[in-house]
Amino acid sequence: MKKVGNHNSISRKIVFSLALMLTFSFTSFSQTTPPATDAAAAPAAAATAPAAGTGDAAAGKALFGANCAACHALDKKMTGPALRGVAAKYDKEWLYKWINNSSALIKSGDAKAIKIFEENNKAVMTAFPQLSTTDIDNIIAYTSEPKAEVKAPGVTPDGKGAPVEESGLSNNVILGALSLVMLMLVVMLFFVNNVLTKVAKANGIQVAEKESSVSLWKAFARNQFLVLVASIFLLLASGYFVYGWMMQVGVDQDYAPIQPIHYSHRVHAGVNGIDCKYCHSAARVSKNAGIPSLNVCMNCHKNISEVSDTTNTDGYGKPFYDAQIQKLYDAVGWDKATQKYTGKTQPVKWVRIHNLPDFAYFNHSQHVTVAGIECQKCHGPVETYEVQKQFAPLTMGWCIKCHRETDVKMEGNAYYTKIHEELSKKYGVEKLTAAQMGGLECGKCHY
Amino acid sequence: MSSNKKYWKSVEELNENSSIVETLRNNEFVEEIPTDTFLSDKDSLSSSSTTRRDFLKYVGFSTAAATLAACEGPVHKSIPYVLQPEQIIPGVADFYATTMFDGFDFANLLVKTREGRPIKIENNTLVGAKFTANARVHASVLSMYDNMRLKVTKIDQKDATWAAADLKIKASLADAKAKGGQVVLLTGTLASPSTEKLIAEFIAQNPTAKHVVYDAVSESAALDAFEAVYGERALADYDFSKAATIVSVGADFLGDWQGGGYDAGYAQGRIPQKGKMSKHFQFEANMTLSGAAADKRVPMTVAAQKQALVKIYSIVTGASVAIGKIANEDVVVKAAQQLKSAGSKGVLVSGIQDKNAQLLVLAINQALASEAFSTAGTRQIRKGSDAKVAQLIADMNAGSVHTLIMSDVNPVYTLANSKEFVSGLKKVKLSAAFSLREDETASVTNIAIPAPHYLESWNDLVLTKGTYSLVQPTIRPLFSSKQFQEGLLSWTGNSASFYDYIKANAAVYLNGMTWNKALHDGLVVGAPVPTTAGSADYTAAANALAQAKSEGEFELVLYTKTGLGDGQQANNPWLQEFPDPITRVSWDNYITISRADAEKKQLTNEIVANGGLNGSYATVKVGNVSVTAPVIIQPGQAPGTIGLALGYGKKAGLKEEMQVGVNAYALYNNFNNVQAASLTKAAGEHEFACVQSQKTLMGRGDIIKETTLTVFTAKFDEPDVWNPTPKVSLDHKEVEATSVDLWESFDRSVGHHFNLSIDLNACTGCGACVIACHAENNVPVVGKSEVRRSRDMHWLRIDRYYSSEETFEQDNEKKESFNGLFGDKGSLGGFGQMESPADNPQVAFQPVMCQHCNHAPCETVCPVAATSHGRQGQNQMAYNRCVGTRYCANNCPYKVRRFNWFLYNNNDEFDFHMNDDLGRMVVNPDVNVRSRGVMEKCSMCIQKTQLTILTAKREGREVATDEFQTACSAACSSGAMVFGDVNNKESQVAKLAESNRMYHLLEHVGTKPNVFYHVKVRNT
Repeated sequence: MKKVGNHNSISRKIVFSLALMLTFSFTSFSQTTPPATDAAAAPAAAATAPAAGTGDAAAGKALFGANCAACHALDKKMTGPALRGVAAKYDKEWLYKWINNSSALIKSGDAKAIKIFEENNKAVMTAFPQLSTTDIDNIIAYTSEPKAEVKAPGVTPDGKGAPVEESGLSNNVILGALSLVMLMLVVMLFFVNNVLTKVAKANGIQVAEKESSVSLWKAFARNQFLVLVASIFLLLASGYFVYGWMMQVGVDQDYAPIQPIHYSHRVHAGVNGIDCKYCHSAARVSKNAGIPSLNVCMNCHKNISEVSDTTNTDGYGKPFYDAQIQKLYDAVGWDKATQKYTGKTQPVKWVRIHNLPDFAYFNHSQHVTVAGIECQKCHGPVETYEVQKQFAPLTMGWCIKCHRETDVKMEGNAYYTKIHEELSKKYGVEKLTAAQMGGLECGKCHY
Repeated sequence: MSSNKKYWKSVEELNENSSIVETLRNNEFVEEIPTDTFLSDKDSLSSSSTTRRDFLKYVGFSTAAATLAACEGPVHKSIPYVLQPEQIIPGVADFYATTMFDGFDFANLLVKTREGRPIKIENNTLVGAKFTANARVHASVLSMYDNMRLKVTKIDQKDATWAAADLKIKASLADAKAKGGQVVLLTGTLASPSTEKLIAEFIAQNPTAKHVVYDAVSESAALDAFEAVYGERALADYDFSKAATIVSVGADFLGDWQGGGYDAGYAQGRIPQKGKMSKHFQFEANMTLSGAAADKRVPMTVAAQKQALVKIYSIVTGASVAIGKIANEDVVVKAAQQLKSAGSKGVLVSGIQDKNAQLLVLAINQALASEAFSTAGTRQIRKGSDAKVAQLIADMNAGSVHTLIMSDVNPVYTLANSKEFVSGLKKVKLSAAFSLREDETASVTNIAIPAPHYLESWNDLVLTKGTYSLVQPTIRPLFSSKQFQEGLLSWTGNSASFYDYIKANAAVYLNGMTWNKALHDGLVVGAPVPTTAGSADYTAAANALAQAKSEGEFELVLYTKTGLGDGQQANNPWLQEFPDPITRVSWDNYITISRADAEKKQLTNEIVANGGLNGSYATVKVGNVSVTAPVIIQPGQAPGTIGLALGYGKKAGLKEEMQVGVNAYALYNNFNNVQAASLTKAAGEHEFACVQSQKTLMGRGDIIKETTLTVFTAKFDEPDVWNPTPKVSLDHKEVEATSVDLWESFDRSVGHHFNLSIDLNACTGCGACVIACHAENNVPVVGKSEVRRSRDMHWLRIDRYYSSEETFEQDNEKKESFNGLFGDKGSLGGFGQMESPADNPQVAFQPVMCQHCNHAPCETVCPVAATSHGRQGQNQMAYNRCVGTRYCANNCPYKVRRFNWFLYNNNDEFDFHMNDDLGRMVVNPDVNVRSRGVMEKCSMCIQKTQLTILTAKREGREVATDEFQTACSAACSSGAMVFGDVNNKESQVAKLAESNRMYHLLEHVGTKPNVFYHVKVRNT
């Protein structure tokens, strides 16, 4: 008997077209290149634009950044007034005098000087006698540049940056290619099988039919021993998983709630390298690490009212970050325009991430100051977190594990001198773990 | 083998034809249970709004809802400061030195604050800060968070503002000035130089004004006597540590006599050193703390006390006063002779409210040239004048008082003739009261102004002449309160704040110290200002006093209890639940009566089936006023006298649960604490909340070990005679119990090992430790009915024992001499006899908290290992692990474990401080608030020891000697409790552990406790 396969089967057509399509898409993926950095060229172009006046604007920019940027911006009032186009307002000689020693100028009774002093909340400007007239010229040149109308690259109006493609073959692409190859192999195998069957049929070879036997499932069901073993195994296995599931109840690892202000640890601790304990200063002396009060934020943010134009990563752009800083100003009651506190405050209701139950006592200073443990050990690589999350499971097992493994830092602490001597003799070891110091006793954390 | 015994349920069953027995035999329940009527009534069943199906739906829905609700964890908010104050670090406690004086109690304090909330009162330990906190002062922090405080100014009982009230008062003052009407400032004792100056300025501006000082519990007699002799209205100061012989005639100087605060000095002299300790005679009517501590206590009526005082006077000074035979003459004469021979080392004090008696006290101490009696640096804490108060009430009723301004007084409640006061008040044009609470007075005055608590206000104080103490706020005022002084400033047209006013006046007192330093220390100690010696006609006084006779059927002796004092803090649940040190009754005041008199009047006390104490009611009648109160039969009460505590029975401004007891001020006629009274039995039985029903020690000499000074000095080197180690039989040989052990001991030589030492000689039973423990450890208040069910939660209790014979020694002898079961010396009857205390028993106090046994019976029986032992000696309790089997409590030989039968916080059934947000502000954030179904007990303040260790670690130093403290040891002003590290051989506790007076409670049990006691030595 000869059977002829249906060469026009729909499934074959579909499989073929799919294979074809994927082959093309593979090539298009591999050719993906990052969009040209045309946007990046814009600021550069602006920077190299011919400078107005006599000074060197490029040198002026450097000087401005080093000396003036703490209190002045080009286009915005900060502690001091906005400086773009300042040369147009005052004559150079007067500016030299003012920059070299403003308070002397004010004392001398100069009307303009007093006016500026009054306008800026009577904040005395630091004297810069070290700046030569050339330096000042350079700075003036920089401030006299026209405002460059640049748009941050790829920033969408809602403030979120468009995802940036990485150059080269990403892991996804490689994986896609591999799976495609696999798929093609499967398809080929199918065809080969089909062809071979057809050939066999054409040659009149009868493929041996399988003997109908008792199905595996029925055989299994008849063997009571197997059923018993299997059900015990199933019970144990399900018990294991149920237990595992139960044990994660109340464990909030990776809890990353939305906070009222999008505070980026990545920007602060990572990019700017601010020490954890600058803001969380209580961690040194208190059981609480403490969420910094807003006046701590204002130590820096009094002068930093916006992020740099190039801050644009992880999907957030300048307008977004600037809006967050504005939220801080609203909360602390800081009026950016007048550079004054309005007195209207609105405390920030942060969502607490690390919640220990009431019955567990934890003291930061014990771990941070006495033991000298890095914050990252429990809190993870915070300097890379755009959104803060709970890194550790904060379970008792996790605490105990560390107490068992960690040696107590005793050097240079007179408290431990005597106890270390005695205990190391007792245990016959030079290093003592927290557990050996009694760090596993219930009452050390539960009272 | 079966028994043919027949058991009878009642005598009634003997009566064969009894119909009751027949009915009971046939019916299981005496009354028919109406199940049939309910189930058979189809109508009521079908008309029931809830069908079975509905019911099942509700059950299903609520189960599902509860399950779903449990799936999501709560979101916790953290709100940091906008502007963090420099000195506040969240999680770190700040301490502020301040001083408390509320007209009754006073103390030099350190206030512990957390995140701006004061949470605990500690003693100021600087040199010169000699007034330590008693139980009430420790509890005063909770009184600030009292939800029943007056919160806004009220004019005619309607909410108003201070500005409106101020205007009204100013107008009234102007009116009074114009019309020449009298303006009266009625205050408690102020002891504040700035306030007194302000009042002087006020009077200068308002010439018709006068200042009347009123003490609710009067010391007028002593003040009058002192004024007569020394020309100054003040009280003499005593230093009992300098006295070898102390004779007290009716003065409870360990209690509230003349303000109290004498226990520290007294305790110093009571610790036997080199064979010496003070000898203390006490002649008194009620059983007091001083009587309990005395070596020789003689119960006598106040009239007899007066005669005894005259007798002592005549013996000590040699003056001849005609006095006949007096009661207990032998002891009185003995006391007088010992006092005389002690000379300058002797001191006599008296609490008799009689000017003549107080004159004799001065005369005797002058004659002795007593070192303990000091007229330099007099006490300024009582200034009240009974006569002036009486005059004021007369003036008010005569209509001659135009404006009355009161501060920190509650005369409507505390005056015996309060009705007259109220009727007089109606004739006053304008009455205003600065009051902490909306009390009886504040609710009848025209204007009620909320006064700030002392923890919210500025003030300066001169407690004793020559010292200067400052009061500083530790929290912003919780309510829109105004201080009396701010009012005075406003009325005198002074725009300065009271703080500035104090600061401006401080220079004179600062003694060269800067203001900031004085504020930091809380006090400035200058040289005591001497008083010029004076004299009076003592003989006349003695002759007058010798005529004293008992009047009436009973002498009613009014006193103040350790818990509530004068009753200002009646809305404080800690104090209400504080068991009286003597009677061990909480939540009540009661008539104390001697056993003989009770029998005569058929008054009874009995322990009922549920373990609670019940007592008869009796009606006390003084003049036309009668008060019905429950009765406590008080061993040691002088026959012919009855006692009743002031400060209870308040109604206004109190939560319902706190409205307990009867108002004894109604009987406090003419400010005399002794009244002629008659007593009749009243109907009904009162249910007491008494925490100790076993009154005697039953000759168990190993619980409280006692000896006499004679034995102690003679056999000092043979402690086995007076402090024997218990013996047990091992392999048929008697060996010391401490040498036998079931367990292997841990090596405790490394690191810290905490021990608590309690000297029974120094403990006066004052109870400051109990309240300090409450405050430190968030111990819940459970209420009267729960205390009655023995569910009190006190981690630290002070057991009080009476001797059954005259002395504990005789109890021991009696028990040892028991021979057989029956007969004269049989134990069957003998133990029964020993259960009842003697009529004038010896008394011993024993603070008992978890003994932190090294071999703890509780630890071995816990099925979930919730209680375990720390290497530092603490028996630890992991609440989160406890499942509430209560095996541990049953296996504890000391009965110190407490079970949370209910959720006491946030529960309307327990409407105490933990049920409102304000009251919860006092909770210590370092200690867990326990939940229902959990066992709890003393942790030996592990949070404090851990903090001390951490501080040392952080500062990179060893823990200083004696740096470790528990709440109780820090609160103990008498030095009875000493806590520390016994592995530090320099520490005080290590030395005390080596003392030959040291013993462990129930040593034969072999628990090896970390709390030890010191044998009580009596100087008999």
